[in-house]
Amino acid sequence: MADFMQQVVAGLASGSIYASLALALVLIHRATGVINFAQGEMATFSTYIAWTLTTNHGWNYWPAFAATLVVSFVGGAAIHQGIIRPNEKGSVLRVVIVTIGLLLALNGLVTLIWSGEVRAVPSPFPTRTIEIAGVAISIQDIGTIGVVLATVVVLWLLFQYTRIGLAMRAAAVNPAEARLVGVRVAWMLSLGWGLAAVLGAISGMLAAPSLFLDPNLMAALLIYAFAAAVLGGIDSPLGAVVGGLTLGVGLNLIGTYVDFVGADLRLPVALLVILVVLLVKPSGIFGKTEVKRV
Amino acid sequence: MSRSRALAPVVAFVVLAVVVAVLPSFVSAFRAQQLAYVAIYLVALLGLNILTGYTGQISLGHGAFMAIGGYTTAILMTDHGVKDVWTIPLAGLVAGIVGFLFGIPALRLSGLYLALATFAVAVSMPAVIKRFEGFTGGGGGINLFGVPELTASLTPVTVLGRELTFNDWIYYLCWTIALVGYVVAWLLVRGRTGRAFRAVRDSESAAQSAGVSLASYKTLAFGVSAAYAGVAGSLFAIATTFVNPDTFPVALSILLLVGVVVGGLGSLAGLIAGAVFIQFLPIWSQEVSKSPGAPAVVSGVVLIALMFVLPMGFAGLVDRLRALTKR
Amino acid sequence: MSALLALEAVEARYGPVQALRGVSLEVDEGSVVAVLGANGAGKTTTLRAVSGTVRRTGEITFAGKPLRGGPEAVARAGIAHVPEGRGTFTELTVVENLKLGAYTRRERSLKADIDRVAEWFPWIPARGGQPAGTLSGGEQQMLAVARALMARPRLLMLDEPSLGLAPMIVREIFRIVRELNEKEGLTVLVVEQDARIALRTASTAYVLEVGRVAVSGPSGELRENESVRRSYLGY
Repeated sequence: MADFMQQVVAGLASGSIYASLALALVLIHRATGVINFAQGEMATFSTYIAWTLTTNHGWNYWPAFAATLVVSFVGGAAIHQGIIRPNEKGSVLRVVIVTIGLLLALNGLVTLIWSGEVRAVPSPFPTRTIEIAGVAISIQDIGTIGVVLATVVVLWLLFQYTRIGLAMRAAAVNPAEARLVGVRVAWMLSLGWGLAAVLGAISGMLAAPSLFLDPNLMAALLIYAFAAAVLGGIDSPLGAVVGGLTLGVGLNLIGTYVDFVGADLRLPVALLVILVVLLVKPSGIFGKTEVKRV
Repeated sequence: MSRSRALAPVVAFVVLAVVVAVLPSFVSAFRAQQLAYVAIYLVALLGLNILTGYTGQISLGHGAFMAIGGYTTAILMTDHGVKDVWTIPLAGLVAGIVGFLFGIPALRLSGLYLALATFAVAVSMPAVIKRFEGFTGGGGGINLFGVPELTASLTPVTVLGRELTFNDWIYYLCWTIALVGYVVAWLLVRGRTGRAFRAVRDSESAAQSAGVSLASYKTLAFGVSAAYAGVAGSLFAIATTFVNPDTFPVALSILLLVGVVVGGLGSLAGLIAGAVFIQFLPIWSQEVSKSPGAPAVVSGVVLIALMFVLPMGFAGLVDRLRALTKR
Repeated sequence: MSALLALEAVEARYGPVQALRGVSLEVDEGSVVAVLGANGAGKTTTLRAVSGTVRRTGEITFAGKPLRGGPEAVARAGIAHVPEGRGTFTELTVVENLKLGAYTRRERSLKADIDRVAEWFPWIPARGGQPAGTLSGGEQQMLAVARALMARPRLLMLDEPSLGLAPMIVREIFRIVRELNEKEGLTVLVVEQDARIALRTASTAYVLEVGRVAVSGPSGELRENESVRRSYLGY
């Protein structure tokens, strides 16, 4: 039983990392109708910035964390304004190609600036465990869950209770009508991209200690995030969080208790999840089935 | 349509065929080999264009169909002693059937969902190939070099009175198939089928009410495009004389989609430019700078810039030139 | 009385289709002006030209200054446009719709504004937390007007408020429009297919045909002119 609880907590921790990145994907898809294939690379870039601040410039962890979030926000918004927005009027495929180009460029840029060698990144949380109800739980896991939870709560408060959050929601669901009440929709969308970049950065910085830092840090994570977003419903923020946590716990438990599925088959299982969900209920757990307007 | 307008594409095609036929005499053997790969990509792009450009279904997984074609060829040659040339249509057929079958559940998915599903298929393909080791040779792959069924691999082959080395043989084989595939695609999209395809893309509900059977045309498009990809994969295996799970990675599927969009959706002429683009972009990027990571940056930036400058792809450029010359 | 809004030789197109071929009209401050005409005459496009939703050429002056820019700028200038199909944010609640209406206002006395709006639409406070999409068509139309009022606009533009609504509800909506104009001096520009009720509410009317003003004048005159009624207004 203790073992089970440990696996669940560990699953929740990795699940919150998926959830954070999935939430970023959902945010962007809801606002601009686009799947940002470069979300993972943006997160990797942010993580490298945090790493270089702490390692090469001697910053303390949490100030570096905060600074990285700010830089990521500005970067995400700038990418939307400069690169995505001019292509929004075209077909969906145009934007997809642009995000693919962004993926390539950022991946290459990371290698160019910091080289491709794999690096160990220290965790901000102590690596020991504490006892809760007789079970040894890793503090890092708790810390990870805590950070993501806090982020989700802050975002929720932002969207539900602030003027600008309301404007962002309006811009996402009804951009034409939002303009009529004076909302500067383009800026709201850039804000959305900025927030998504922040979420991605959090994902990366939390994942780096266990996954090690190299240019391909987020490649696999992006796929888990896709699976989580599809599972929860690609337009549902709640779905992204629930989907991520479910996927994390599910993969962990399957990996531990089902012999056939070893550690390296987690990715195909996640892909299977994507395929099965898309075949059975494409809109995911919390999504609404699309009514096609004639 | 005036006679000169109807004749123009035919003339252009003949010119293309002539250029292709004499090119190897003017370029190095290495360049000819690269151009052979352009032909292979062209075949795959022709198929993907039918799916994405004409019926509007986005696929990020056509590398997987290439893998099916490539492995079919490799297995038929090594385990069953089939001559390489005869495996090509078989590879196309197998891939086409799989594509058609995939097209049936794919009917329920639209737009981005379909893109994600095909993406998942592409990512899992290498792992699936490794899983069925007995069949596919697992991680080690299948080696075709020196296999007697591989034409011209050990001794030059004589075609139409000319002796061809392996390099030249591959070049002419790929381009012949590419040109044939081009004509077939052209005929396909000109006729009733093509109009039905475009009707599906432009408005599904309108097409349905006009009596176009959505399901059959959409799955047909999937099957045809997968068949093309299978043929391309087969040629790829023959040309590289080797297949393993990493020969057809997810990056290939993405590259194909890039090729179709850069070439110009819904146009056949632009696809040649698209095929050239995806074959040579990595090479040109390396020539700009060899520092690690730099080629990727160059490729990425070029891709983004292209979407700004040529949003309709190279086909858009052709259209604009055509509009200018009409005045 | 001076013209609050003036259009001069305004043209607009949707791709290759020319929707407005030179429309000129004036809306005096404190009046209700109706724009009438058949489907496709360019009525909706006229409002869109004002709110900047569609690109146009020609002069548009508002409160003495040239009106420029997209919908965001026009909203800030004090024009509230209630579009065809109401434009309510169906996924957001009634109160959130109202809050968005007040988006451009600097001083945020939100409660007072909602109370004011509730005077005209007393059912709103009770249904505040409901998603706007669950309201009936008539209620959504009224919510759209309420939302426009939250911005305290100088000019209210209504696009086909009667669309898809039962006659009784249409009469109620136009009654409210008339009272808003009489009691608060709100200037209203209304586009309508239902010429009868529009002419009863408006003081002046312009009849559009194929993107141009065919007939205009005081609504009383247009109502009494039988040939105008038959040719342009369908009754």
